[in-house]
Amino acid sequence: MSENRVPEEIQENAAHEAAKLGIGTDEWVAQHEERTARKKGLKGVPQFIDESIPAWARWVVLLAAAFAFGAFVDNQYLLRIGVNLGLFVMLSYGLNIVMGYAGLLDLGYVAFYGIGAYGYALMSSEQLGHHWSTWLSVLIIIIGTALLGYIVSLPARRLFGDYLAIVTLFFGQVFVQLVLASDNITFPWADDYVDITAGANGIPGIDPFSFFGHKFLNIRDYYWLLLVLVALLTITISRINRTRIGRAWRTIREDALAAESMGVMVNRLKTMAFVTGAAIAGLAGAIFAAMQSAVFVSGFDMPLMTMIYAAVILGGSGSLAGAVMGAIVMSVLPEVLRVTNYSEILFLAVLVLTLAAVGKSVKRFTINIVSIALIGFAVKILLGFASIKITPTEEWVVGPVSRALSHWMYVPLDRVLWGNCAFVILIVLIAYFTTTTPRIKTILLPIIGYLGIFLWEVRLVTDVNTTRQLLIGAMLVVLMITRPQGFLGKPRVEVL
Amino acid sequence: MSYLGQQLVNGLTLGGVYALIALGYTLVYGVLQILNFAHGDVYMVGAFIGFFVMVGLGGPLAPSVPVAIMVLIMFLVAMLGTGLLGIVIERFAYRPLRNSTRIAPLISALGVSILLQNAALLLFSANIRTYDTSSYIPSTLGFSFADITIDGVRLFVLVLSIALMFGLARWVNTTQVGRAMRAIAYDRDAAVMMGIDVDKVIRWTFFVSAALAGAAGVMNGLLLRGVSNGMGLVPGLKGFTAAVIGGIGSIPGAMLGGLLLGVVESLAQGYLSTNFSDTITFALLIVVMLLKPNGLLGKRAIVKA
Repeated sequence: MSENRVPEEIQENAAHEAAKLGIGTDEWVAQHEERTARKKGLKGVPQFIDESIPAWARWVVLLAAAFAFGAFVDNQYLLRIGVNLGLFVMLSYGLNIVMGYAGLLDLGYVAFYGIGAYGYALMSSEQLGHHWSTWLSVLIIIIGTALLGYIVSLPARRLFGDYLAIVTLFFGQVFVQLVLASDNITFPWADDYVDITAGANGIPGIDPFSFFGHKFLNIRDYYWLLLVLVALLTITISRINRTRIGRAWRTIREDALAAESMGVMVNRLKTMAFVTGAAIAGLAGAIFAAMQSAVFVSGFDMPLMTMIYAAVILGGSGSLAGAVMGAIVMSVLPEVLRVTNYSEILFLAVLVLTLAAVGKSVKRFTINIVSIALIGFAVKILLGFASIKITPTEEWVVGPVSRALSHWMYVPLDRVLWGNCAFVILIVLIAYFTTTTPRIKTILLPIIGYLGIFLWEVRLVTDVNTTRQLLIGAMLVVLMITRPQGFLGKPRVEVL
Repeated sequence: MSYLGQQLVNGLTLGGVYALIALGYTLVYGVLQILNFAHGDVYMVGAFIGFFVMVGLGGPLAPSVPVAIMVLIMFLVAMLGTGLLGIVIERFAYRPLRNSTRIAPLISALGVSILLQNAALLLFSANIRTYDTSSYIPSTLGFSFADITIDGVRLFVLVLSIALMFGLARWVNTTQVGRAMRAIAYDRDAAVMMGIDVDKVIRWTFFVSAALAGAAGVMNGLLLRGVSNGMGLVPGLKGFTAAVIGGIGSIPGAMLGGLLLGVVESLAQGYLSTNFSDTITFALLIVVMLLKPNGLLGKRAIVKA
């Protein structure tokens, strides 16, 4: 019997026991070797990829793919996805420096992005009547956000961990509230009010970038600009990471006190991390504003913040490749979900993979699939006897997959109500599933699978944004529990 | 003078609600040192439960039971429901992470927050609902005192929030679970060695903390604010601000911070600018954090790293 199979339950018990004992730290350190050992099955795949392909090869392949995308794709929509991905990668890089390398929990990071975007908007639109040259405004933005990053880094000298997270979180909120409120500023000496940011209405009609007389009218221009920038940033950041500064950042992350006693200039390095991250985000913001030609403050609030954090953490904080991977997942996947046809296929693929991972053997896997199919027919027959009205196929069908499924699955007329019921039951079952005995698990698994398909087809497939957010939320929780270091991150022992 | 008095009364009512949310943050932080970012969304769920209980009892226009009993049931069911939700959140999102890195529970909490918000969006749609309080608690109810009027709902919310705070203080100070909770907050390892069932105490902590948030949610609904899936964010942040101003981990601190924040906010709205009141609140927090990182009543944390 292999080491990794049985002990799941025992391990769980042991972990539970350890938590009960409360001396987790020692146990943790003791188990370190075992935990870093190569995992078998699906869990070992990320590690296998990480170890078997050299880093430079991965980057070259990525760069070639990105180059080919820019050169051969003509579809505006696809190019826009590419540009969004580029911006996302820049943001992830910046956050990766602040949080991944230096270990500073900056929950107001997205505000720098917003400041960059609004700064560019104010300097190049009719809002204040300025149309400054791109060179000048971009330069001002980079310097300005860097300065702001310096100011925000000042509290970081005094505050640790959670407290820093709090202060930066409120910095982000202050930015949002200020922009919202600055459409109507009255001064005691003036009768009229002053409108700076247009509040929640946003600023439209922003000039595109213009370098050496070449106006960036095509979205492809932005794509090339971002590709060059991301490539430069990748090289620069990975080289900085290998210098004294990079090493010092990581020392601070691991143990600031020890770093300081070793002569690392902790405060100066924290400031450097903040300033670099802020400047990168500011630049990305300016590009975003110019590309989008309109900015709205709601786009720079907590939802985007969680997306960027999710990207960095998913990929593995402290790893540039991880940041790219996280950015791809977080910015391209939602677009895939938008096309119902793809999203159905994607969902079924994920479901089958999950079943394969949970089932562990081919036999189990087959049993599960067959049981799900049987449940589907049984439900259809039973509810058919109860003669509950169903949705006509042609009204419901959203793609070839659901057309095929419509012969098998029961689709009630009131899809919202039934979908909601299925949602609640599914959540309860999944919660129960994670705590129960293996025997009940085998019974529950097909039911959960069926309910999942039912819910997806009846309700989620048409409600893209909610679905995307639900998936991100669930993913964050599950990822933290199963692989807190992210897919490409290295597990490390934390000194508390 | 009467204007000032009126603003103070409004501020105290608001502060009572903030204090209840702040207590939830503080209780959890005291025991687990986790910033429970999903707390604002638990508050949102509480408001929704209250709303649906009200609808279930016949709706605001034709309640099938006396109004007092209806409001009581709304509070009880909402508190019970959110309390159970708190236990579930702890069991699935925080317990597996108890020996994990420092950042893991924070991210997991963000995940729970997104999940709750979007589950509510999916189940209840994006419509904003109102409790329509004025149709069953007449606004003429209440009393005036030297030009200051307190209408019935505000008075009720103020009294109830103070009663809940006292109840909590009693619970923490006198019951066995409360004592165990303080012991764990003081030194978890030592508490374990004294035979305290940590899991049980943490469950209770989450139950109480979430139930307080649920009560605050219903109060918010009664004070005639809209109930929607995104309503938890700003009050959650405010309650959190209150907890931090008072000193996170300190129970009297959370109460003080909540009331203070409510008063400051309502004074800022009354005298400075309605637009900038949130900015002022958040800026106040940053200043407090910089001058007194442990809050007004927080004890000085011993930081090793």
